[in-house]
Amino acid sequence: MSANINTYNKVDPPDGYSAPGIFATTFDKVVGLARKNSIWPLPFATSCCGIEFMATMGAHYDLGRFGAERLSFSPRQADLLMVMGTIAKKMAPVIQQVYIQMAEPRWVLAVGACASSGGIFDTYSVLQGIDRVVPVDVYVPGCPPRPEQIINGFMKIQELVGNESLRRRYSGEYMELLSSYGILK
Amino acid sequence: MENSFIIDKLYKAFGQDILRMDTTSDILSFTVASPVIHEVIQFLKEDENMNFIFLTDLCGVHYPDRGLPLGVVYHLHNLRENKRLRIKTFITVNHPKVATVTDLFSSANWMERETYDFYGIIFEGHPNLKRILNVEYMDFFPMRKEYPLEDPTREDKDDKYFGR
Repeated sequence: MSANINTYNKVDPPDGYSAPGIFATTFDKVVGLARKNSIWPLPFATSCCGIEFMATMGAHYDLGRFGAERLSFSPRQADLLMVMGTIAKKMAPVIQQVYIQMAEPRWVLAVGACASSGGIFDTYSVLQGIDRVVPVDVYVPGCPPRPEQIINGFMKIQELVGNESLRRRYSGEYMELLSSYGILK
Repeated sequence: MENSFIIDKLYKAFGQDILRMDTTSDILSFTVASPVIHEVIQFLKEDENMNFIFLTDLCGVHYPDRGLPLGVVYHLHNLRENKRLRIKTFITVNHPKVATVTDLFSSANWMERETYDFYGIIFEGHPNLKRILNVEYMDFFPMRKEYPLEDPTREDKDDKYFGR
């Protein structure tokens, strides 16, 4: 037990200057570091990708190792919307409403072929990818993806979160992106 | 309850409005003229010898090559005798109207809405005939054969990879 005390995983500090007793870095790196290791995901699971996500949250794969132990079932406190499964066109306004209810900064992960592109359900009743109603940050391919792939997608989100400029959400491009989806700030 | 009994009773009551009868398939089936469909089903439900008091299913069907392409199919069940019956009626695309049976079977309410939703068949007298499964803004009837099954808003599919 005591032999392992120093071998637990910990987050590396960001680039910066250190001297005895001080560490200097930029503010957005510190904020990014804090955010990316404490993401609260909102699972929006509608089908088999949701089952894979349950395995991802389980003890074997354990998304908690990435600081995402705490799922937020309220969009108000969620940082990351994880859409896992087929989204029918009738569900599309619900996805958009959930996204609107999330506070900035917010990210979206489309898990699996259906959420990314409609998948095999190229039919009149199925939304051909959730990026038709909300902006998506990372797409995870697979039908359904294995938990490793979901974790990989989540780590890509962490990369985005960690490196995001603090001004991004106020930029004209971002406003334009939101308004192109009919979402007003 | 023998098939011949039902056939006799129905022909006696409706005669030439019964366009077709099929005893060879799994369930005894009748095709009746669309103006009398409500009377036929009411007779089958309320006649004391018939007692088809359960509407198992109600659905639409589309045969685009036929003279009367749109159809409504009713499955009735006599629970006492455990006897099933299939009633069909066919109508034109330009005038796709059939009388509702919601006054006879409350369960027909949603099934008629579904049939309207997918085939555009109008059930006259239905209390709330609007789409039930598809999005409200859908402007076509997806189960009719003239509409493609694929999502019409997809731009990324190249026909040559699908043999067209």
